[in-house]
Amino acid sequence: MNVRRIAQSEHVVGWAFALPAVLLVVTFGIVPIVWSALMSFQRNNLLAPPQWIGLENYRALGRDPLFKASMVHAVVYTSLFVPLSVGGGLFAAIALNRKVVGIRVYRMAVFVPVVISSIATAIMFLWLFDPTFGLANWILGKLGLGPFGFFTSSDGALYSIIAMTVWGWIGFDAIIYLAALQGIPQELVEAAAIDGARPWGIFRTITLPLLGPATLFLVVFSSINAIQLFDEVYLLTNGGPGTSTYVPVFYLYQLAFAQGIAGYAAAIAYVLLVVILILTAIQLWVGKRLVYYAS
Amino acid sequence: MSERTLFEAPVEAILKPLPDEGEPTRRRFLFSGWHLVLLPLAVVMIVPLLWMLITSVETLNETRHFPPILVPHQIRWQNYTQVLRQAPFARWMLNTLIVTTLVVIGNLFFCSLAGYAFARFRFFGRDVVFLLVLATLMVPFQVIMIPTFLIVRKLGLIDTLWALVVPNLAGAFGIFLLRQFFRTLPIELEEAARIDGASRLGVLFKIVLPLSGPALATLAVVTFLWTWNDFLWPLITLYTPTHYTLQVGLTTFQGAHQTNTHLLMAANVMSMVPVLLLFFLAQRYFIRGIATTGLKG
Repeated sequence: MNVRRIAQSEHVVGWAFALPAVLLVVTFGIVPIVWSALMSFQRNNLLAPPQWIGLENYRALGRDPLFKASMVHAVVYTSLFVPLSVGGGLFAAIALNRKVVGIRVYRMAVFVPVVISSIATAIMFLWLFDPTFGLANWILGKLGLGPFGFFTSSDGALYSIIAMTVWGWIGFDAIIYLAALQGIPQELVEAAAIDGARPWGIFRTITLPLLGPATLFLVVFSSINAIQLFDEVYLLTNGGPGTSTYVPVFYLYQLAFAQGIAGYAAAIAYVLLVVILILTAIQLWVGKRLVYYAS
Repeated sequence: MSERTLFEAPVEAILKPLPDEGEPTRRRFLFSGWHLVLLPLAVVMIVPLLWMLITSVETLNETRHFPPILVPHQIRWQNYTQVLRQAPFARWMLNTLIVTTLVVIGNLFFCSLAGYAFARFRFFGRDVVFLLVLATLMVPFQVIMIPTFLIVRKLGLIDTLWALVVPNLAGAFGIFLLRQFFRTLPIELEEAARIDGASRLGVLFKIVLPLSGPALATLAVVTFLWTWNDFLWPLITLYTPTHYTLQVGLTTFQGAHQTNTHLLMAANVMSMVPVLLLFFLAQRYFIRGIATTGLKG
């Protein structure tokens, strides 16, 4: 075999190995991304032939009060969910990073919710937060609070969803932070302690900066995740009471799959994609400039 | 994520937080101040699950009681059999198991092939294609679900389990994960096998994959969890109740049994059992999956 033939066979073999997976990714990933963009410029009801209408869908979005409400709810949700779950995850990770008796049991308790589906979590919390018979109102009542309507109250539904999803995600964030904490060189901490630094000072000046990359990842990841809120809203509130828990993906789903207004829904999808790409760009930009990487 | 760090997540340290071997064994006190933080934290995480479990073995009357009854008079396992009789619950479980198994096998197979190609072969257009594949990692499913639905409808797969299987047989996540792992393996072994006359497929299946246990297990576990818990896609594509997966079935069961809380909780517990089992059996791969990527999304 000469060199040329080997090189040629590598082209062929490479493509042969990669082709099935690449074909799947292209068909169900790349093509829909492009198609979605095209659809957002069309009047498209999934049945009749689509009609080209330029930017009309995007203009209509700007005038649509329900879309605006959905975006406002998404912003409120994200701006509470992200700090609470990331902060809670950090707190949990620091507490779980101790060598105390029973630590494995504590860790399992914090990790278990990570594997439970959003639907199962929602059904569980629907009962926990039941206004009449729920455990939450009983415990809060003992503390002199409530009773609350939780998912049934237009003031409280979105915040109840936040409380629930924070519960579901703290373990995830804690695992990421635990992995990051394990990566902090113990010599640094010991050297600072020998120099007389107090625990809080060590935490603020050594631990926290070294957790920067993990924090950046979690903040961006959680924000992207928060913008995609759907399952919980679908099961628990159906966007209500009123429109108090309408969020973009739920609205998108309603438009495309309940009302068949697919072109307009695709425009919402693309607005979401742009937001997500901006968040990703921020992650890369901040990551390059501000976050201190240990190695 | 650099290739070097991808599989160096301190999985063991997260699972077994015991003193390091080098460190002189310090006395471990039975009580530490941290218990005052850890105990409430663990209670908050466990109470919703515990109460679901308690409710699932109560009678209807016990659930309709305030203050809540925390210790049922007797444990009614019949609630579970009643759920199995009232809904095609076993069928949903079976559907989900079929879909999940096929998707896991598909990902292991196709992503191994593609990951190996991207890791080891120089072929025309490789880097561009790889970037394209990576780009799909950044695009959430919600953004592309309308055209994906149209493609799957065109293929005639709507309202069949194939609608859940075919689009998910391979994905950017698995291709990337395995490519990164394969690149950490010493290439000399593969070269030696080639000189001994092994085919490229033979090298992959007899040399590379047997060395890739941790990566394959991580991919399998992550894919299992994703597929088992997926909701929006099956919701859109399945119409016939006997074709539902567990997550979709659960929402209809919830709609039909809003006041039968005891049955609803029993159904909910049953839906969690497989993932919880897998979690306890394959903890290290879950932890690795999370610590190195973003597992639950």
